[in-house]
Amino acid sequence: MSSMKLHYDVDNTDFTRAGEASSDTKKKLKLMGVSPEVVRKVAISMYEGEINMVIHANGGTIDVTISSDNIVLVLKDEGPGIANIDKAMEAGYSTANENIRSLGFGAGMGLPNMKKYSDEMNVKSEIGVGTTVTITIYNELT
Amino acid sequence: MDNTFINSVRLDSALCKGCINCIKRCPTQAIRVRNGKAHIVKRFCIDCGECIRVCPHHAKKADYDSIDVIEKFKYTVALPAPSFYGQFNNLDDVNIILRALKLMGFDDVYEVSAAAELVSELSRQYVAEHQDKKPFISTACPSVIKLIRVRFPNLIDHLLPINAPIDVAALQAREKAMKETGLPSEDIGIVFISPCPAKVTAVRSPLTNEKSEVDAVIAIKEVYPKILPFMKETQNQTEEISHSGKIGISWGASGGEAGGLLIDDFLAADGIENVIKVLEDLEDQKINQLEFIELNACSGGCVGGVLQVENPYVAKSKMKALRKYMPVAISHLSDTTVNNVFWEKKIEYKPVFNLGYDFMDSLEKMERATEIVQRLPGLDCGSCGAPSCKALAEDIVRGEAREKDCIHLLRDYIHRMTDDLKGL
Ligand SMILES: Nc1ncnc2c1ncn2[C@@H]1O[C@H](COP(=O)(O)OP(=O)(O)OP(=O)(O)O)[C@@H](O)[C@H]1O
Ligand code: SF4
Ligand SMILES: [Mg+2]
Repeated sequence: MSSMKLHYDVDNTDFTRAGEASSDTKKKLKLMGVSPEVVRKVAISMYEGEINMVIHANGGTIDVTISSDNIVLVLKDEGPGIANIDKAMEAGYSTANENIRSLGFGAGMGLPNMKKYSDEMNVKSEIGVGTTVTITIYNELT
Repeated sequence: MDNTFINSVRLDSALCKGCINCIKRCPTQAIRVRNGKAHIVKRFCIDCGECIRVCPHHAKKADYDSIDVIEKFKYTVALPAPSFYGQFNNLDDVNIILRALKLMGFDDVYEVSAAAELVSELSRQYVAEHQDKKPFISTACPSVIKLIRVRFPNLIDHLLPINAPIDVAALQAREKAMKETGLPSEDIGIVFISPCPAKVTAVRSPLTNEKSEVDAVIAIKEVYPKILPFMKETQNQTEEISHSGKIGISWGASGGEAGGLLIDDFLAADGIENVIKVLEDLEDQKINQLEFIELNACSGGCVGGVLQVENPYVAKSKMKALRKYMPVAISHLSDTTVNNVFWEKKIEYKPVFNLGYDFMDSLEKMERATEIVQRLPGLDCGSCGAPSCKALAEDIVRGEAREKDCIHLLRDYIHRMTDDLKGL
């Protein structure tokens, strides 16, 4: 079973670069003729995850595995961790400060959107250790 | 071959020096230099005209009809684009231009800006009745439609499915001419005075209608020098021909179409790179809550078209002065019957950038392209004829180029060969 792997280091020092990883993956998926709906799901959920990493966790890494069955995203950081995952998954829940809200983030819709646009999602987090979000989106071959 | 991949930007081989200006600036990476000359990959080209703007040797040309085409018809109607009015100094009455067009040899004139006012009214209704489909993306710029159909399949459903003002104007003008002259349709020439090659393609190979009612497209820059002498004469005449006000004329510059919708939550972006950024963000749902997205491939809107004469920003300010004392709108749906309003056909996604013929093939090619990129020097120098190292790698896996097209790899190869020979 052949598959392709992509690796990104998400840096939190330059806010204007947030979104580069998801935009690169999106470009590649389009060149590979992945169905537009699948590309959209990957682009939206990966971007949300990437932004969360930059805003809440000082950056991290994203590993993408693309195969004919699915596209798997593993977003891993060594940030502060999430105390209550169920709460964090609720629409509207956010710990973002005023500063971040003024940039247009902090509506508390990131994790809910990731859930909505993915087929499987798993969040593992430990306070003081970090967070790993694994997202699977089924590939639809036409 | 799909006949919807025609375009109206041409290369004059004799003038092309094979430099890298156009390959670097093409927003869809549609140009390659092969054997010392630029080649436009038709299926990638969206007719935006960037290469015409940047070519220092004037080797890129727009294709359009010669003004002499008016000799071919018994009766001709000129359709000036709204942006045409921005080309003239101290113009305080568009009738001076419209009368001059008649002196130049046209039998009648029908302003695209008049049809634009009808399209504005129709769009207002359509947007209000289809709130579930918002945000709507404007469809008057053919380059934007072409870009979306090859790169943004998820946004196709957001395109406003209403004919562009030029298409509405053309049918209105034809029906009027047939009624007034009694001539059959084929004797009537509907001639558009265009700001850009994108509109030429849209007429010759329409994407959303079976055929265009426009018979010929001529360039603003060709009409401009010819009309000036007649304007002296028409300055003091009194015939009133114009049927458009502020709303119609405003379509000639960025923000005009959105302004005509009389809504607040819109965005207007112009210049192809900015348009691409907006489309990327729209696709990723980073832009929410807007009702309308106006997009123009040219900086400043149609006043920035490559067939214009005046600096786009100067033209924009001239249009602002011109419309200052105009009524808001003169043409209204209630006074007219308009027939061709909605698109006959939907836009179909054309995945022209796919690397392979199916997913597995593309996956394998993408992996090979990634490997090749690692071997390439990463200088993006363009000497291979591709716009970047990555683009060369993609060309290689598509079977359209070779690794040794990279002059740096070639040089290393030659060094190795000579070293080997020395060792013999
Ligand atoms: N990688 C992470 N590390 C630490 N905390 C996180 C991480 N991702 C999310 N959180 C926490 O979960 C909360 C909810 O995240 P979510 O993405 O849903 O909303 P948000 O980022 O606050 O706002 P929005 O995504 O709408 O801009 C965040 O406010 C934050 O407290
Ligand atoms: S913005 Fe106007 S002039 Fe430029 S390509 Fe589009 S339609 Fe033509
Ligand atoms: Mg978030």
